Amino acid sequence: MSKIGNYKFLVLRRIVQICILLLFWGTNHFGWTVLKGNLSSAKVLDRFYLADPFAVLQILATGTIVSFDIIIGVVIVVIFYGLFVGRSFCSWVCPVNIVTDMAAYLRRKGLGGNKYLKLTRSARYYIIILSLIMTVILGVAAYEIINPIGFVVRGVVFGFGIGGTLLLVIFLFDLLVLKNGFCGHLCPVGGLYSLISRYRLLKVRLDNDKCSSCMDCKVVCPEVQVLGIVGKKSGNISQGECTNCGRCIEVCEDKALRFKLF
Amino acid sequence: MQNKSKISRSDLLKGLVKNGGLMMLGGLPWAAYVEENKEEEFVLRPPGAIKEDDFIKSCIKCGICVEECPYDTLKLAKASDDALTGTPFFTPREIPCYMCTDIPCVEACPTNSLLKDLVIDKESDKYNINKADMGVAVIDQNNCLAYWGIRCDACYRACPLMDEAITLDVKRNERTGKHAMMKPIINPDVCTGCGMCEHACITEKAAIFVLPKEKALGKVNNDYIKGWESEDENRIDSTNFYIDKNKVDKSTLDYLNDTESLLNDE
Amino acid sequence: MGFSRRDFIKKTAIASAAAAIGVSVPTKLKADSRQLAKSGWRWDKTTCRFCGTGCGIMIATKNDKIVAIKGDVAAPVNRGLNCLKGYFNAKIMYGADRLKKPLLRVDENENFSKNGKFKPVSWQRAYDEMEKQMRKTLKELGPTGIAIFGSGQYTIFEGYAASKLMKAGFRSNNIDPNARHCMASAVAGFIQTFGIDEPAGNYDDIEVADSIILWGANMAEMHPILWTRISDRKLENPDRVKLINLTTFSNRSSDIADIEIIFKPHTDLAIMNYIARKIVYEMQDAIDWDFVNKYTVFATGPVNTGYGMRKANHPKFTDKERETVKGQSSKVISEAEGKTLSYLGYKEGDTMEMKNAKGAGKHWQISFEEFKKALEPYTLDFVANLAKGDPDEDINTFKVKLEVLASNYIDKARKVTSFWTMGFNQHQRGTWVNEQIYMIHLLLGKHAQPGNGAFSLTGQPSACGTAREVGTFAHRLPADLVVKNPKHRAFSEKLWKIPSGTINPKVGSHIVKIMRDLEDGKIKFAWVQVNNPWAATANTNHWLKAARQMDNFIVCSDSYPGVSAKVSDLILPSAMMYEKWGAYGNAERRTQHWRQQVTPVGDSMPDVYHIVEIAKRFKIRDVWGAQNIPGLEGGLPDVLPKAREMGYKPDDTLFDVLFGNEDAKKYTWPDSVGEGFGNTEAVGDKRSIKGTMGEDWKGYGFFIQKYLWEDYRKFGIGHAHDLASFDKYHEVRGLKWPYVDGKETQWRFNSKYDPYAAKQNYGDFAFYGGALKAIPQGDLKGVTDSTKKSLKNKAKIFFRPYMDPVEMPDKKYPLWLCTGRVLEHWHTGTMTMRVPELYRAVPQALAYMNPADAEKFGLKQGDTIWVESRRGRVKTHVETRGRNRMPKGSIFIPFFDEKVLINKVTLDATCPISKETDYKKCAVKVYKV
Repeated sequence: MSKIGNYKFLVLRRIVQICILLLFWGTNHFGWTVLKGNLSSAKVLDRFYLADPFAVLQILATGTIVSFDIIIGVVIVVIFYGLFVGRSFCSWVCPVNIVTDMAAYLRRKGLGGNKYLKLTRSARYYIIILSLIMTVILGVAAYEIINPIGFVVRGVVFGFGIGGTLLLVIFLFDLLVLKNGFCGHLCPVGGLYSLISRYRLLKVRLDNDKCSSCMDCKVVCPEVQVLGIVGKKSGNISQGECTNCGRCIEVCEDKALRFKLF
Repeated sequence: MQNKSKISRSDLLKGLVKNGGLMMLGGLPWAAYVEENKEEEFVLRPPGAIKEDDFIKSCIKCGICVEECPYDTLKLAKASDDALTGTPFFTPREIPCYMCTDIPCVEACPTNSLLKDLVIDKESDKYNINKADMGVAVIDQNNCLAYWGIRCDACYRACPLMDEAITLDVKRNERTGKHAMMKPIINPDVCTGCGMCEHACITEKAAIFVLPKEKALGKVNNDYIKGWESEDENRIDSTNFYIDKNKVDKSTLDYLNDTESLLNDE
Repeated sequence: MGFSRRDFIKKTAIASAAAAIGVSVPTKLKADSRQLAKSGWRWDKTTCRFCGTGCGIMIATKNDKIVAIKGDVAAPVNRGLNCLKGYFNAKIMYGADRLKKPLLRVDENENFSKNGKFKPVSWQRAYDEMEKQMRKTLKELGPTGIAIFGSGQYTIFEGYAASKLMKAGFRSNNIDPNARHCMASAVAGFIQTFGIDEPAGNYDDIEVADSIILWGANMAEMHPILWTRISDRKLENPDRVKLINLTTFSNRSSDIADIEIIFKPHTDLAIMNYIARKIVYEMQDAIDWDFVNKYTVFATGPVNTGYGMRKANHPKFTDKERETVKGQSSKVISEAEGKTLSYLGYKEGDTMEMKNAKGAGKHWQISFEEFKKALEPYTLDFVANLAKGDPDEDINTFKVKLEVLASNYIDKARKVTSFWTMGFNQHQRGTWVNEQIYMIHLLLGKHAQPGNGAFSLTGQPSACGTAREVGTFAHRLPADLVVKNPKHRAFSEKLWKIPSGTINPKVGSHIVKIMRDLEDGKIKFAWVQVNNPWAATANTNHWLKAARQMDNFIVCSDSYPGVSAKVSDLILPSAMMYEKWGAYGNAERRTQHWRQQVTPVGDSMPDVYHIVEIAKRFKIRDVWGAQNIPGLEGGLPDVLPKAREMGYKPDDTLFDVLFGNEDAKKYTWPDSVGEGFGNTEAVGDKRSIKGTMGEDWKGYGFFIQKYLWEDYRKFGIGHAHDLASFDKYHEVRGLKWPYVDGKETQWRFNSKYDPYAAKQNYGDFAFYGGALKAIPQGDLKGVTDSTKKSLKNKAKIFFRPYMDPVEMPDKKYPLWLCTGRVLEHWHTGTMTMRVPELYRAVPQALAYMNPADAEKFGLKQGDTIWVESRRGRVKTHVETRGRNRMPKGSIFIPFFDEKVLINKVTLDATCPISKETDYKKCAVKVYKV
């Protein structure tokens, strides 16, 4: 397998992630109409809206009735990710992923810290619950105020403020404190996508016959627990936490892993 | 997940306590931060914004209104700004709201946080920016040059609703004996809070500035009506004085029974 | 009443709806105001830098720095008040980009190059180049090849020095001020009607007038302090005092007006005649026959006078421009003109040849019957239909307004003061319309009395004091003397102690013509002083190109880099207002002096220095020999022999003769009037500037400003232009000339107040002005008896007809464009746009437009648009709200904003008599960018 082939999904993902940011940025600066707004909610081609399900969930938790535009926006997003591509948002769209991947890469190169913290990967689900409880009590979308994804995208589109430093905090946290700490443990946005992605169509499939159990895939996987079947049996990686990033497929010298529809 | 059944009851309890504790640990400072961040009382919102309490609930922080604003008036709050992070606001001294007649910010809002109904003429179903209610201008009379007698009234001429939102109170200047003073007066019922006046004010720090109406305006009791204004009745829907018709209040009895304090000089 | 009257009292009562914080508690005044004076602060009186009102300013300095300013409570005009520009009088001097060094366009070898880049040079290098270029031009073209763009913002000393240098020194009459753009029609109106310039009345008219009528004067913004006086008069007696605002669009002066009359551009000519017709045909009792018979005669003049433009065959015109400029040669009589010019036999569709374009000012006496006959067409119906300016207004409402207007004049019990500024003056028949207002006042005998009179306001702070009184015009000499008149020249030559025959008898180029001459290569050296002609002259695309693409040398003396500096070849940094000794004269003939308060910034020097220094570079033998003058038979004589007889040597410089002579040296410095104050021109200053000769600048050694003043005032003494001594003005808050026997004059031509009128022994009044006081006799059609009859002590009541302006909206260019000012900014904005507060208050010149028009052209509030005429276009934004509310069919764009250089769009048509440009009307189209 060629060197480029080894990174084809990674390169493609970066292109998609940057293009989406570029579209947001350009729309604000040059008056394009492709993608207006940010990842909380965006207007596409000046026709319809998309909306972040977790943000909308919080708005609902404040007791606010959301508009029809937004409901349609959420439905589109939920159907797209939940039924088709799963938690791909995290690896193909979210710009924080670029930072946390970088931290993980540096960790693999031995630059990272030790395991100072042991944290369950279920923490994100507790944070979802906590966010919603706090939103109900405080009457304002509680997670949105600290959501690093929001800070980054707003920073790129409208200019960075002090909130931009949050990105650095996440980078250092992932690098020094906990491997795949933010995206793999804490982020409730990803958490919500995980919860709805179990019955998605696009999954990674393992052909155990080809697998030599080298476990290269587990080295690069940010949600390593989803690869539980590797070396054991053929099957689909069906857990919702899988972000369909495709790194496992790229690194598998045995070609035992591939994307599969249905 | 498969070995879930093996978790003992006490483990479950321990886990709950532990995780609950952790949630408290993270949640409390987080809540404090959120509470601090949302308590921004002097923030000015785009036209058509619903009440601040509801606005911060419903705004999805997409920034589309900011992008639609042709004058770069609207900004999305950063963590350091005096508005809930990620929500749109404006600072009139820097860039006021120029009161676009087609109100693109409202038109674009996906969450109805900027609500068309608030800036639409019901009869014609057309936008009417003059109905916007972003705040109200107030004047620091001590530092307003016009109140000194200087012929300024820059705010008045800057006002898009000149002669309605700002009028000039023309009074004789007794000090000079032959000039008039032209003092700007704000009509809060008409003022949209666009801030063109604050932007135009020529003093070093603006002597006319926009505040949210809740902060700037008082409220009279709603059981008194101006006898000289027939319209004033419309201000009040109903007044409900509550008094328990049967209960004899204990404090009344205590007061009446305490004759001692009347007699005792100490 | 049928029209909607603005309810003045109700408006003021809205106070009850106030939302205001902070209760103003009057601070208890300290018993002795002197206790308030801070130690080390020196307070001194000065005047405001801006408009023609002439407010008094007090300025405090400490250690050669301005620390504070305040309104002068002792100044009778403003009594301590100012407007928002006045508030920034100190700050205007300290903009970040003040010009501090002379700047010359040079090539890589530091040689002057027309296409070079500006680089700082020494004063000496600057003057070497100036001298070289001036000599080159004088050699090639003679005295008419050089020109000065003068100013109504010159101090009197500067204007006088520049005028003397040009007229007595270089023998060139090519000096003309930007005041040509603002006051020339008023001047022509004064001279033709009264034979002497400037108003009869003064600001005190305001406090006694019953009716105040504004004709094209938005005083609320342009004369802010006078406006507070008018407002106060209105408040004093709201029922009695009536205020009528005649304008082509709704402006802030309508706020407290009882009636606002929106008329179509140019129809003020017809409205005037409607009032006159009403008087003459319907209310003859209203005519003050005693006054009319004793003090006036009737007169008229030719109408086929063109519009002050060049002929359409001029090679620099584009075809589009020619569509308009062809009107200079002939025009087709319109429907309205078919009526108003019927007395001359014209009917609609006829072609009028503009045969009198050169003799536009000539006029002759007519009888009252002829006068009456000419007024016949101006019935209420005709004028109302012609003049109604707001298409949405009901014609009957408009008629009622006109009737009320007329009755305000006619009512014998009412004292009427009429004010006007640029609406009348910037007008293709500006002189006519000025004369018409006198027509009404004189017919009714309501002139030159307290509260009764037609009062011409000035725009600039010294349009009267410098431009008009000093006579920095192409045709004038000080104190209303003119170069054409041999007696005036002889008188001036005597006072200036120059040989007879020195002064050029041929009228020079007026300011628009200086531009045209630059474009035609007839002028190759031009010097801008205290103004910004490339921003302020109409149709400036031509002039911008002429400056940059023709072979010429342009010097710009300025304090800030503006459009004119940008197109110049040499920039000289000027000291500003309080960095020099100065004197201004305001609109009510009040002259006010001030002292130099601080040392100028950088290497900048007062304009007096700029002007006087060049005189050192030329010897009389360079300029006083015989000179060829185009159009002057025989040219100018060689006056050197006479000069020698007078004791001058050929090697004497113009400085020696004109400025540094024995008379001048008698005014020594130090002088008690300047004790404790600096004088950069007299003794230099702490900066030790290297002067134009490379020397350490130590001053002229004498009190040059006082010399210039005393030299100048000799012209007026005994000639009804008497000014007080230099020192006197430092004891008082200004004096209204003529200043005779220690008393200023309140109302001129009125024997009770004016010693010159009393001296005539003619009666209660004497219109004693001497100019144009012998005219031929004739009828409406022309002169019938060319023997000139003396009109001593009489004024003229002119009949002037309505005529269309040369360019009117049509299908291609459907809108009227009017330009003007806003309260926040001064003229072309070089000073006020640099005050951040004023900049922020009004950062851009917007296109004020009727909302229905905006909709019609597919525009909305705030849209970026092109505004385009046959001459050029500018980009700006649509404003359908705000201070000026336009009727359908008209837009207004102010001219303060260099980024919206509206004079690229305007038309350089002028009043054929006064040569003042009409900035108030041309045809444009608008479209989205």
